[in-house]
Amino acid sequence: MEQLTVPTMAEMLAQGKQPEVLFWVGCAGSFDDRAKKITKAFVRILNRANVEFAVLGTEESCTGDPAKRAGNEFLFQMQAMMNIEVLNAYEAKKIVTACPHCFNTLKNEYPELGGKYEVIHHTEFLKSLLDGGRLTIEGGQFKGKKITFHDPCYLGRANNIYEAPRDLIQKLDAELVEMKRSRANGLCCGAGGAQMFKDAEPGNKEINIERTEDALETQPQIIAAGCPFCNTMLTDGVKNKEREADVKVLDVAELIANAQDL
Amino acid sequence: MNYLDNILFAILLVVGIGYFAQNVKKLIRNIKLGREVNRSDRSSERWANMALIALGQSKMVKRPVAGFLHIIVYAGFVIINLEVLEIIIDGLFGTHRVFSGLGVFYDFLIGSFEILALLVLISVIIFLIRRNIIKLKRFISSDLNGWPRSDANYILYFEIVLMSLFLLMNAADYHLQNVPGGFGHYAQAGAFPVSQYLAPIFDGMDNALVALLERGFWWVHIVGILVFLNYLYFSKHLHILLAFPNTYYADLNQKGQFDNLESVTKEVKLMMDPNADPFAAAPADENAVPGKFGASDVQDLNWVQLLNAYTCTECGRCTSACPANQTGKKLSPRKIMMDTRDRLTEVGKNIDANKGVFIPDNKTLLNDYISPEELWACTSCNACVEECPVNISPLSIIMDMRRYLVMEQSAAPMSLNAMMTNIENNGAPWQYSQQDRLNWKNEN
Repeated sequence: MEQLTVPTMAEMLAQGKQPEVLFWVGCAGSFDDRAKKITKAFVRILNRANVEFAVLGTEESCTGDPAKRAGNEFLFQMQAMMNIEVLNAYEAKKIVTACPHCFNTLKNEYPELGGKYEVIHHTEFLKSLLDGGRLTIEGGQFKGKKITFHDPCYLGRANNIYEAPRDLIQKLDAELVEMKRSRANGLCCGAGGAQMFKDAEPGNKEINIERTEDALETQPQIIAAGCPFCNTMLTDGVKNKEREADVKVLDVAELIANAQDL
Repeated sequence: MNYLDNILFAILLVVGIGYFAQNVKKLIRNIKLGREVNRSDRSSERWANMALIALGQSKMVKRPVAGFLHIIVYAGFVIINLEVLEIIIDGLFGTHRVFSGLGVFYDFLIGSFEILALLVLISVIIFLIRRNIIKLKRFISSDLNGWPRSDANYILYFEIVLMSLFLLMNAADYHLQNVPGGFGHYAQAGAFPVSQYLAPIFDGMDNALVALLERGFWWVHIVGILVFLNYLYFSKHLHILLAFPNTYYADLNQKGQFDNLESVTKEVKLMMDPNADPFAAAPADENAVPGKFGASDVQDLNWVQLLNAYTCTECGRCTSACPANQTGKKLSPRKIMMDTRDRLTEVGKNIDANKGVFIPDNKTLLNDYISPEELWACTSCNACVEECPVNISPLSIIMDMRRYLVMEQSAAPMSLNAMMTNIENNGAPWQYSQQDRLNWKNEN
């Protein structure tokens, strides 16, 4: 596998360059073993499309999203202001991220605190690369495969982005099948609102199982996600249903990278 | 001339409307107990929202059966109320069917009112069946036990009674209009596509008795409307009025955008300012009450959240879409709204009883109404906000109450405290060093 090219903002600055886009990796994308694969798949696509990007590397820190949703506004704003200082020092203009939670926070909650950037989700960015002719995709191994897409709450309902990930899946010549609850009616995977970091309250079912059942009902070969946390929840759900042999949970970026054999 | 009727009518009207107006004043006072939040911006978008969502019912039809039936009842309610205008004029001035001079147009009006009244009757009966016979899940869940469930049925019974009286009144009138040679002041006027089929019940009755019945139906109908008007304040049915301001003042930002607490921003800026003198005395303000972070009671919520609570008509679409509720957790977004309204009503009564001042009653919205268990079950997925046909946000109340739990009481679940400690110490919700953030680059 070819070596990834991942310049940092500091290196860019040293060369007197400003990247076309800053890739905000996020905590999951940096540390979670499953999510790191998504990060690398996205970088391989960026490298292939010759996108001049850079990451903050060790200067990146949690956006504060889980703290804010847990009710800790202090911690959120401290994180936000520290990140904004770094981003503004590098004069960041355009940010892309593969995490809808980082995406939502950077896009909607940072401006009021002094961080005004054009923030885009990686599915939108990939779509723009395609539309701009900088990237071509062929179905490859996914041709004719049945793929269902799970709408992440913080991409869909929270920010009304429903089409970009679907457009990408359709470009793979795959058969896109919708769950009974999709788009604005999509059911949460159970991770949002800081639930990822705690046990669920007493109930009669786990939310990720309920959602995995929605997905499996469509008889898919692949469940596509656009969020590292949804990915974890659905992967766990598929394991719980003992279907990991025939159903894969993959990020949209991984679908595209794999289709290109990247 | 006998003016007794007219005077009696005028008194009823003044009492009925007066008592309602007094309660509306209380309602506004209670809503104003909430914190300030600026919703005076972007007025054209707000008007558009109100026109589309409240007037146009656009979110109702997302569930087509309920949406369609609701539009019939809503249109019927609004249009048939034009008839109330005629009733009021007739009542005050002793006229009979004062608009009948409009001729064919009057026939058209009365005819369409009758057809609508019939459709409303049918719809309301279907609503009753959905609630009490089919027992749709969202109408039988435990958060509606007691008064809320009765309230919902009373409203539907009330509408059946009002529509029936309207049709019976017209039927009696129609019967008298067609007495050979005419009867009294019952001149031919209006078209009666529905009530003409009811009119035969008066066949064989003495004309004077039918006239008496017609007056009886007329009086009970208008008194019923006034009673219904005053019932609103004590009921979930206030949505017929409050849906309009509620959609106007609703949050226009993306649903994912939660507000940044301004009081926190000030403190964080001070903390991060290298020039700030940590020992400087706080600006002297004798009356300054240290602000509370988050909400433990209704006074800590903003006025739009309180308006939301009065607007909620307990349809339960939020709860039926809530992932936590669907998987058996205690959280019900509808209950969050009902609890907020019940507590606000209680606070309002306390103020009334204590000459305009709230005397602390050792109760709060948190714990006495809403438990932390409910609050911690929320995934902040916005399904409840998306579902609400009148743009209520239960999520914003849940978040404000979590803020109180965490920032005032340090009462977050243990595992969340660990997550937050990690963010504080190493900039990630897990225990990984910030220095390792780019390690993925060289891993295989």
